[in-house]
Amino acid sequence: MSPRAAWRLESLGFTDVYEYSAGKSDWAAFGLPLEGKATQSVQIKDIARTDVPTCGLTETVGMARQRAAGWGTCIVVNEERVVLGRVFKEQLDGDPSTKVGEVMRPGTSTFRPNVSVAEMLEYMDRRHHDTSLVTTSDGRLVGLVLREDVERAASQKS
Amino acid sequence: MHRVVDRQEVQRLMRDGARVVEVLPREEYEEEHLPGAINIPLKELDAKTASSLRKDRPVVVYCHDFQ
Repeated sequence: MSPRAAWRLESLGFTDVYEYSAGKSDWAAFGLPLEGKATQSVQIKDIARTDVPTCGLTETVGMARQRAAGWGTCIVVNEERVVLGRVFKEQLDGDPSTKVGEVMRPGTSTFRPNVSVAEMLEYMDRRHHDTSLVTTSDGRLVGLVLREDVERAASQKS
Repeated sequence: MHRVVDRQEVQRLMRDGARVVEVLPREEYEEEHLPGAINIPLKELDAKTASSLRKDRPVVVYCHDFQ
């Protein structure tokens, strides 16, 4: 639709026309602000815990365990904060000298920042998850949402 | 000829005073749109509706995604 609009404007004499072909789905998936009725509902970016502990592939399980105290998980990221995987209590309780990259779970599910709390809760119920990762469309870590926060936000909305 | 731009370039164009136009139907625009964007649905885009845009300023058009 936007290519046709751009061509139409040019046919009307506009000479400085740009087409944002990825559109508002790309904008929203990156967590950038939008305006309008739908933005009044709570989205997971609003409740994500951005202070979730992170670690690198070459760090040790012992270091990750220290950082993950009170969380029970550590998110494995690269220097660009792109999510590579995640370590859970089971891995954190292992040999402290092992490299995180050797024990992490890759391919963890992630969600875009503009997912509503209602959608998130429905997914968590269906998959029996207590936490979910929030990333931008290019995989960068936004934060971790906790079931308790999702339930609270969903109940306040209703 | 118009140029396809990415998110970062849209942000730069916005800072430089570009007019951002959502060309989806009004109901979809009212649900959510980019900050400061105006709505001219594609079906209504003609010389009359485009007269609200200045020809000496950049114009960015977008819809939902690659439609």
